Amino acid sequence: MAELRTEELTLNMGPQHPSTHGVLRLVLKLNGEIVDDVKPELGYLHRCFEKHAEAMTYPQVIPYTDRMDYVNAMSNELAYVLSVEKLLGIEIPERVEYIRVIMSELQRIASHLVAIGTYGNDAGAFTPFLYCFMDREKVLELFEMVCGARMLYNYFWIGGLSHDITPEFITKTKELIKYLRPRIKQVNNLLSYNKIFIERTADIGILPVDVAINAGVSGPSLRGSGIKYDLRKDDTYSIYNRFDFEVCVGTGERGTVGDCWNRYIVRAYEIEQSLRIIEQAIDKIPEGDVQSAVPKRVKPVAGESYVRTESPKGELAYYVVSDGSLNPYRVKARSTSFCNLSVINQISRGHMIADVVMILGSFDIVLGCIDR
Amino acid sequence: MENIFTQWFGNSLLTYILIPVPILVYVSVFALYAVLAERKVSAWMQNRIGPNRTDKFGLLQTILDGLKLVQKEIVNPTRSDKLYFRMAPFIVFTAAFMGYAVLPFSSVFMGVNLNIGLFYFFSITSLGVVGVLMAGWASNNKYSLYGAMRTVAQIVSYEIPTALSAIVVVMLTGTLSMNNYALAQSGGIFNWFIFGGPGDIYKIILIPIMVISVVILFISTLAETNRTPFDLTEADSELVAGVHIEYSGMLFAMFFFAEYAQMFAVSGVIATLFLGGWQSPFGDLIPFLNTPVFQVLWFLGKGLFLVFVQIWLRWTLPRVRIDQLMTMCWKYLIPITLVNLFLVGLYMLIFK
Repeated sequence: MAELRTEELTLNMGPQHPSTHGVLRLVLKLNGEIVDDVKPELGYLHRCFEKHAEAMTYPQVIPYTDRMDYVNAMSNELAYVLSVEKLLGIEIPERVEYIRVIMSELQRIASHLVAIGTYGNDAGAFTPFLYCFMDREKVLELFEMVCGARMLYNYFWIGGLSHDITPEFITKTKELIKYLRPRIKQVNNLLSYNKIFIERTADIGILPVDVAINAGVSGPSLRGSGIKYDLRKDDTYSIYNRFDFEVCVGTGERGTVGDCWNRYIVRAYEIEQSLRIIEQAIDKIPEGDVQSAVPKRVKPVAGESYVRTESPKGELAYYVVSDGSLNPYRVKARSTSFCNLSVINQISRGHMIADVVMILGSFDIVLGCIDR
Repeated sequence: MENIFTQWFGNSLLTYILIPVPILVYVSVFALYAVLAERKVSAWMQNRIGPNRTDKFGLLQTILDGLKLVQKEIVNPTRSDKLYFRMAPFIVFTAAFMGYAVLPFSSVFMGVNLNIGLFYFFSITSLGVVGVLMAGWASNNKYSLYGAMRTVAQIVSYEIPTALSAIVVVMLTGTLSMNNYALAQSGGIFNWFIFGGPGDIYKIILIPIMVISVVILFISTLAETNRTPFDLTEADSELVAGVHIEYSGMLFAMFFFAEYAQMFAVSGVIATLFLGGWQSPFGDLIPFLNTPVFQVLWFLGKGLFLVFVQIWLRWTLPRVRIDQLMTMCWKYLIPITLVNLFLVGLYMLIFK
């Protein structure tokens, strides 16, 4: 019998595709169902954030940082604001620090809920997705109560906050903590420990530690590979050193350390730790004026600062250079998702099309952050 | 005769024109309201309200959706095979609908009482795979092609456990006629084949075998109708919409229609084989409940319950991967059904 002629099939996944989490384009080289090569094509959402920032005054950049990683705007603001404050060298009131930590942790919960929900959706389970979004809604309601916005807040100001919190916010947050714990358990029962879900994610896309470190992978994606590395502990910023929480890592409870399931489950564990931090912080908020340290005019002396923070997706850092004028000379963001995405080719070769979707989802990328 | 129309109109042409009418009406109404039920059940499971803007409880929703689809332009993709592209949805729908011909809705109403009814059902419904492959190839789209190739592999493989688990009942009854299965299970709920069928006390040995057979039959029919967790044909997170991707308007609606029609058809077969078909669960205790009109209700009730289970599973489970799907079929389902067959054969040898 004559040999059948076979050919490599090139499949364009995206930029309009339901599970590329935005306008990412993956060029897949396929051998039947097996993936030989994955090439991510970026730039569909490029908005010249960094160049725009040079034409703005320092406070005007904050709304732009919101739009970088749009599902966790608070963390972006925090990183930028901390960087400019370091440049200015100003003292921040205690009350502001506490509120910032609470807000960042609430934002972490919201972001992780999106990650878990959309990951379930990638696997084909639609119900957990809506459960997660319902819970996220409760978090967004809290944000709305404080600053009026639900997604893009412009809440953290350089040296302070745009609005003070109300006593109602504190009671509502305590209620939320009580409400969320059983809900997380429910989602875990429905999705995380589902047999089919484990079959789909365990032992898929194993990310070896050395590859992860070389590529600059950080956050839950790195901790999924079993490395206890969390900037809140290892290079502490703000007032995170006052709180007691654990750094969650993938333990290989199911599958192997470093596979999709372990990267995924780290996020579910982290929600619990964030709740713990909020619980500790919410009762200790000191009195004070949240705008007492806000400078009238942000005009740092010439110099540069680099502050890295642990955003829900990983290490998010801002490098701000000042030439002594009202506008920053240069703002550079170290994008989390960009670094995390860079390993996708290496770890998805040899898997199937359906696995590429699961691997991509397990890094919880946001295209606003990749393309900036 | 099995059919009430034959009694009324004799063996005339009118009879043969009239017989499919109630079935077609039922299939249309079922498909419309199954879509609504799917949306309502999913809404209920997800703490939502679901469609509620059109009439009470959104009762007109799917009818209006259908009207909208009729108005849509049917777009032929560039360099697609026009003839096959347009023909495919009709083949898929026809295959799904023709299965209804042998479903015994009641002791006096079934399309035709074929003596090879079950065989006919399995062969005719698997014809739909030709339509799906046609659609996937003719669409000139790589996603469609992948979807189609997956379906063919999936449906052809799952034919085997479906047939093998149904054969258990064929062995016990010695017939292939659908109506005879229902007749064989008369006399109340404990004479249904899921509880071992009619017989003496030794039939309790059969109960575990039968339960396993029902479960396997249900799983494999899920795979044959491309429902979650086996909806790899559509797989919206990988293949966007699989074979449906290039279809618009009424052609898309035909696919949709066929899927829901097939959902009930396979449920009807499971109900007939294992759940007593049109038999009332009370048997001869309340003979009134076993009159032809009630028989229709029992049959529809059992079928619709299984349809509900399908919807329920769809909104609970994630999707499996293609190799896992195949592994499950060839490594687990087929060996288990073969063992089942052997055990039933042994039972018949010893106790009959």
